Amino acid sequence: MKKMTYAEAIRDGMRVEMQRDANVYIAGEDVGKFGGCFGVTAGLFDEFPGRVLDTPISETAIVGHAVGAAAAGLRPVVEIMFIDFMGVCMDELFNQAAKMRYMFGGKAKVPMVVRTPCGGGMTASAQHSQCIEAWFTHIPGIKTIMPSTPADAKGLMAAAIRDDNPVMYIEHKQLLAMSGEVPEGEYVIPLGKADIKRAGSDVTIVAWSWMVHKALAAAEQLAKEGINAEVVDLRTLVPLDKECILQSVAKTNRLVVVNEAVRTSGFAGEIAAIVVEEGFDLLDAPIVRVTALDIPVPFNAKLEAVYLPNETKIIAAVKSLF
Amino acid sequence: MSDVTKEQLLDFYKTMLTIRKFEDKAAELFAAGRLPGFVHLYSGEEAVATGVCASLTNKDYITSTHRGHGHLIAKGGQVDKMMAELFAKVTGYCKGRGGSMHIADVDLGILGANGIVGAGQPIAVGAAFANQYLKNDAVSVCFFGDAASNRGTFHEALNLASVWKLPVIFVCENNRFGISMNQKDHMNIVDVSQRAISYGIPGVTIDGNDVAAVYETAKDAISRARKGEGPSLIECKTWRHYGHFQGDAGLYKDVQEQEEWLKKDPILKLEEKLKVLNFAKDTELKEIRQQIQGQIDAAVAFAENSPEPSTEDVLADVYAP
Ligand SMILES: Cc1ncc(C[n+]2csc(CCOP(=O)(O)OP(=O)(O)O)c2C)c(N)n1
Ligand SMILES: [Mg+2]
Repeated sequence: MKKMTYAEAIRDGMRVEMQRDANVYIAGEDVGKFGGCFGVTAGLFDEFPGRVLDTPISETAIVGHAVGAAAAGLRPVVEIMFIDFMGVCMDELFNQAAKMRYMFGGKAKVPMVVRTPCGGGMTASAQHSQCIEAWFTHIPGIKTIMPSTPADAKGLMAAAIRDDNPVMYIEHKQLLAMSGEVPEGEYVIPLGKADIKRAGSDVTIVAWSWMVHKALAAAEQLAKEGINAEVVDLRTLVPLDKECILQSVAKTNRLVVVNEAVRTSGFAGEIAAIVVEEGFDLLDAPIVRVTALDIPVPFNAKLEAVYLPNETKIIAAVKSLF
Repeated sequence: MSDVTKEQLLDFYKTMLTIRKFEDKAAELFAAGRLPGFVHLYSGEEAVATGVCASLTNKDYITSTHRGHGHLIAKGGQVDKMMAELFAKVTGYCKGRGGSMHIADVDLGILGANGIVGAGQPIAVGAAFANQYLKNDAVSVCFFGDAASNRGTFHEALNLASVWKLPVIFVCENNRFGISMNQKDHMNIVDVSQRAISYGIPGVTIDGNDVAAVYETAKDAISRARKGEGPSLIECKTWRHYGHFQGDAGLYKDVQEQEEWLKKDPILKLEEKLKVLNFAKDTELKEIRQQIQGQIDAAVAFAENSPEPSTEDVLADVYAP
């Protein structure tokens, strides 16, 4: 084990895979000598000559070329500087990468990773703060990963790179500097395995990415008031660990889903639908979603705080179930 | 050159200085932790926005970029409302909801700074189409960087504007960098203006630190557009004095090159010219500087004394009623 930040853990995950497999390479804007806008690829340019490529501001070509390179045998890991810029290259992802294998009768393989940071709380305003993971989970053929800790970030990066499908690997800007213990060397966490970050018996709080930490903080608070919450960190949204969610709800009989994205058509709704369809009898209370408001992310810090989910809102949601 | 009068040059000087002093103040406030968000400063590039916008009226549109403060000031934006927006106050241009990267005032023909590189290009084309369709004689100007000309939007926008002969002027601010990426590593040509050839429209490269040259070139392109003669591409070679955004030390820049460009500061160049032509004395220039500093200081006071937006209005304005 070694203490690393989330950003360092992502880098370590990429480094180990690049050492293992000569066909893994990195491309994106300012990822080379500059080390990436958030410093995630720092040092890799010198460590892997010719395998860390700076691109022009051409997201369409960044993701599009990855599709072609992956289909032709390489394993690209491309960076899109902010998830908000995915709008520029959605066709490459959703009509090309996602559908190739199925459309081609199962013959093609598109083993590519798109790494990109999401999230708010930085007064970065409407085009640099969003959580749009539901866009990707709505596309059959894409896997979507959202790690919440340094160790998960590393293990899931390895799994993402080894996976033979296009993977959206969504980082969170608030987590990049967070540090934690991370296994050294090869470390792989299989996709589709949720993780119980806090065991509890009274209510299940499902969360992912930054919101896991909000849920954990809320759980500590609730514990003082006699409510013992279980926090389930999904880690991967597609494939989804339904088992883990349903088992937890079977134990607690109550469910709160926390999602930093806007409410309408968000992934929290998907979790709620699954639990209603497959675990209705387990529930002693309605399912409650805690999400952002249905507005563009406001710039002003006070407005953004109102927009975002937080501990207080999670605590209130949990209490409404008792 | 002959066309540019003393009054015009002095106006240019005031506009450029307003931009510079606004940016210097923003840098100072940001460093002191008093501004939220990101700020991308226009210092060093003032001659471009100033020279281009001098031939525009409020009926003409511009689209701006993440580095937008200069465009806004040159297009008539008020520094107090701009400063208030940087402070996220309700008196700001966007009621504190947008911030530096999204300042806009549609009444002044400003269709917004933009957080998405290259997004303004087709929007400017659309505004130009509206102008053509409504036969209102107005034009639109699209400001963008060297690196933004690598976006697909650039090529699609120029192509559409050229086949529809739209009244739009594409103004490339070539400061040689897209964040850390040197132009020689992000495109295979030296002059972005060459890209006009593919679309059969006029393309020129000029000294973007010479406000009179920018003014003359833009004036011609704007008048051609107004006459229905279609779009143009103007590449202005310039340099940003600071890093990409505040907080970026700009270590990827060559130190010597930085020094050379600082000597070519567009404001120093203009001061020189005003003095050589006997249009202004040092004392007069000093007076102008003091007056503008006063306006900027007043803008900061206005911003600081303004209220924050009310959280009760947080849901307003998502949809038009
Ligand atoms: C579509 C998109 N890609 C990337 C970015 C991140 N980004 C912001 S500014 C910038 C560099 C822009 O360079 P240029 O167009 O030359 O303008 P300059 O900053 O030099 O004025 C980049 C990569 C973005 N905002 N939008
Ligand atoms: Mg540039």
